[in-house]
Amino acid sequence: MATKSRVNDFVIRIATVNGTGSASANALLMKAIFRMGVPVLGKNYFPSNIQGLPTWYEIRVTEDGYLARSGLTDIVVAMNAQTYEEDLAELTPGGAFIYDSTWPRKELHQRSDIQVLPIPLSRMCNEAFVGSRARILMKNIAYVGAIVALLDLDMDVVHGLLRETFGDKHDLIDSNARAIELGHDYAVSHFECPLDFRVEARKPVTERIMIDGNTAAALGCVYAGATVGSWYPITPSTSLLDAFSNFCKRLRKDSRTGKSNYCIIQAEDELAAIGTALGASWNGARAFTATSGPGLSLMSEFLGLAYFTEIPLVLFDVQRAGPSTGMPTRTQQADILSAAYASHGDTKQVLLFPADPKECFSLTIEAFDLADRLQTPVILLSDLDIGMNDWPCEKLTWDDDYRPDYGKIRRAEELEGMEMFHRYVDYDGDGICYRTLPGVHSKGSYLVRGSGHNQYGGYTEKDDEYREVVDRLRKKFRTAASLVPKPVIDTYERPHGAIISIGSCDGAVRETRDRLEKEGLRLDYMRIRAFPFDVNVTDFLSKYSRIFVVEQNRDAQLRSLLLTEITEGSEKLVPILYYGGRPLSSLDIIERIRTQLREDKAA
Amino acid sequence: MSFIKKPRIIHPESRPNSIGLSINDYEGAMSTLCAGCGHDSVSAGIMQAFFELDIAPHNVAKLSGIGCSSKTPTYFLRGAHGFNSVHGRMPSIATGANAANGELHYIGVSGDGDSLSIGLGQLCHAIRRNVNMLYVIENNGVYGLTKGQFSASADVGSTAKRGEANHLRPIDPILTAIDIGGSFVARGFSGDKDNLVPLIKAGIMHRGFALIDVISPCVTFNDHEGSTKSYLHTRQASHAAIYADYIPVRDEITAVLDKGANVVPLHDGGQVQFRQVDDKYDPTDRSKAAGYIRECQERSEIVTGLLYIDDDAPDLHMLSDTSETPLRDLEFKTLNPGAKALEEIQNAWS
Ligand SMILES: Cc1ncc(C[n+]2csc(CCOP(=O)(O)OP(=O)(O)O)c2C)c(N)n1
Ligand code: SF4
Ligand SMILES: [Mg+2]
Repeated sequence: MATKSRVNDFVIRIATVNGTGSASANALLMKAIFRMGVPVLGKNYFPSNIQGLPTWYEIRVTEDGYLARSGLTDIVVAMNAQTYEEDLAELTPGGAFIYDSTWPRKELHQRSDIQVLPIPLSRMCNEAFVGSRARILMKNIAYVGAIVALLDLDMDVVHGLLRETFGDKHDLIDSNARAIELGHDYAVSHFECPLDFRVEARKPVTERIMIDGNTAAALGCVYAGATVGSWYPITPSTSLLDAFSNFCKRLRKDSRTGKSNYCIIQAEDELAAIGTALGASWNGARAFTATSGPGLSLMSEFLGLAYFTEIPLVLFDVQRAGPSTGMPTRTQQADILSAAYASHGDTKQVLLFPADPKECFSLTIEAFDLADRLQTPVILLSDLDIGMNDWPCEKLTWDDDYRPDYGKIRRAEELEGMEMFHRYVDYDGDGICYRTLPGVHSKGSYLVRGSGHNQYGGYTEKDDEYREVVDRLRKKFRTAASLVPKPVIDTYERPHGAIISIGSCDGAVRETRDRLEKEGLRLDYMRIRAFPFDVNVTDFLSKYSRIFVVEQNRDAQLRSLLLTEITEGSEKLVPILYYGGRPLSSLDIIERIRTQLREDKAA
Repeated sequence: MSFIKKPRIIHPESRPNSIGLSINDYEGAMSTLCAGCGHDSVSAGIMQAFFELDIAPHNVAKLSGIGCSSKTPTYFLRGAHGFNSVHGRMPSIATGANAANGELHYIGVSGDGDSLSIGLGQLCHAIRRNVNMLYVIENNGVYGLTKGQFSASADVGSTAKRGEANHLRPIDPILTAIDIGGSFVARGFSGDKDNLVPLIKAGIMHRGFALIDVISPCVTFNDHEGSTKSYLHTRQASHAAIYADYIPVRDEITAVLDKGANVVPLHDGGQVQFRQVDDKYDPTDRSKAAGYIRECQERSEIVTGLLYIDDDAPDLHMLSDTSETPLRDLEFKTLNPGAKALEEIQNAWS
């Protein structure tokens, strides 16, 4: 049975059917816990389907503020008879199983190591509400009411949230409050409330927000001054452009004329989406596109063009499980290699790896600066978990003194004084040349071409002229390594080895390290935030005799990239992989790391 | 080949235009196309049109895809910014470029392979968005650059050089454009410069997407007997439905209308003047225009001229309601909402 330690430390898993409005009930529940000052995170497991298939929502309440799934399930709210069995099996011993007992199920009472809490939700709601839609919706709100009682949530907070959500729609506030009351009162009169799992209010030290990564990235685009966004709808990136559009409607209308200081183009496919962004970038606007794996594949030819002709571009790849259509609503980090070397020929792309929504915001700003500075595409590789789930984060901040770095652009005045402008001459020795914008000055014009060109921008098929350009591009990539965000490194005094990871693995890796530390196993940690790898990455790699590379794909793509680019130590880099499509939890990785460390010790 | 220096021959008769530039200022690098290739004549027409319109080359952006035709932006308007992109995808580059800055003149040059096979989708969607640009298809019925395979514009029965006939029905860019809402649709012939140059001028000045399908024979792979895209066949089968002239603002008062001529005013203040050959024809009536073109097609006639125009159709910027100032010229402080706004936005998430 649960012990006192389960205060503010447990997982609720809510099983529903998609299209029944459970999302707002779950959001209400999560927000209520969040408002009580307790760290909480929510993961949504939804099908690639519009209505009628099983959906789960997992809420982890975590006093310690961990940012990953725990991998356990302590309370199940089973609202979908189709998945009762599987939901029952998921429940960790000592857990509680809540289900709609309007239709009682004897077989659900067979596990003696758990507590079953039957609540006749449908019956109560059918009696209290009219109309089938309202009854279905209110059934979801009613289980929230039961949980409020079972977990000892603050009812005032819940009512406050209802008022915020529904504003002056008093009838909706009333019906929702009524449903809450139904569930709550039933729980109080039939079960011992609260359970051992429960929530105690806290006073958080820092002000926090709940935000998903796509919203944060969209906000980053607005703050970085992006004006052109082009896209083709694809899960899980769609909400990025939706958010950008909403922010622009609010923040980017000309105060005098009401006209739009932005242009969003829903393209006919991903080729056109990236082409449009590229055309806008070439013409001097900050422009971006967002997609996921299948779109990245289609964008490949243009990524090569942008690399070779040196046009800035920001591309968001919100990764989902591949290959092919794969599992569109499941998360993965399996586009690392195809993004790094996207396009044929000797092409390399600059990648950034945000670990959470806050970084989606800050790295988006960096992505635009880097793209302009390096005159090349910058691909932000986030994933479905970061992009679509709500994460607790520190508040986003902005420095009003920030000015964008548009990089090396020859403006009209400079061109006026010049004898002649040459597009691809490396005047500064850093591999980055000067560009001009169309229409600015007659001396600035040149022809962008994806075909072989010399340093003056002219067409060439000559060996040495061609090599001069591609060798300089390699040099530019080295410069890029010194400009991209540094890795985040955490060390111990006498470590037993190290972990390297990226992006959304961060939470699970940190939790793993904490737990191993308690067992006396200390692992240093480097979270890589960009490709190309800077010198810190190389140094880190050389320091340890055992390094675990944790990532969410089958083929150890980050490890491959490290070995290809740094060419050191393939034996010491142990791949720790999870690629089932759920957000990573420490349970997915800890055992394999522990075993390897024990073997190392014994050897 | 842009680094082979082209001798700058000063034409004895060349007089500067009203911005003080001569026709030489509208030239580009020396063409590397086959001698006699129709595409070179189209380039000459483009140079003349921009010259006569007094447009400074650096206010022009010239874009293309891949193909012999798509190489030509190198050969005209050396002072213009150019973008030789990838095969079939120039329309999207032009769309984005135009979104960022609607103040330049945009001209896209493409081929029948570039536009009707690999790039058909992008072409159609640029037409639907009514991107303000002139889009020229240099149509020769073959893929020139990859050595003479049939393109999607090859007519049924037209034969290849080695004798085999094409059996697939052609895609007609003119009918397609009229069908999906094109706001300016014309057909010309590279061998008839007198009619082509006015079309190009009108297309440049039209607000919205101006498509000109120019029959431009490939002398190397598709100019033999049996080809329906040869010089000879095109001359014989051409049927001018309408002669159009662009009359700029400054000439407005002095222009003498031909007998039976019609006038369509353009948004820049100039106008297009038509001379109808066939009085049944009305280039402002979409469905009648399409019907007429189909009838000609059934008689195996290649109908030329400005076949459809609607200068009132809203373009990309009007449809997107973008600000008057080009997006790329907006100052950062206008675009960035600042720290206080960020604080407020986040209230909803706390
Ligand atoms: C993605 C891609 N596929 C194929 C090619 C090869 N290719 C180059 S030009 C061309 C056809 C060009 O035909 P068209 O547009 O009619 O131009 P033309 O040479 O006839 O003027 C092809 C297939 C390419 N460059 N890129
Ligand atoms: S192959 Fe044909 S299209 Fe290409 S340059 Fe020669 S004549 Fe022109
Ligand atoms: Mg062709």
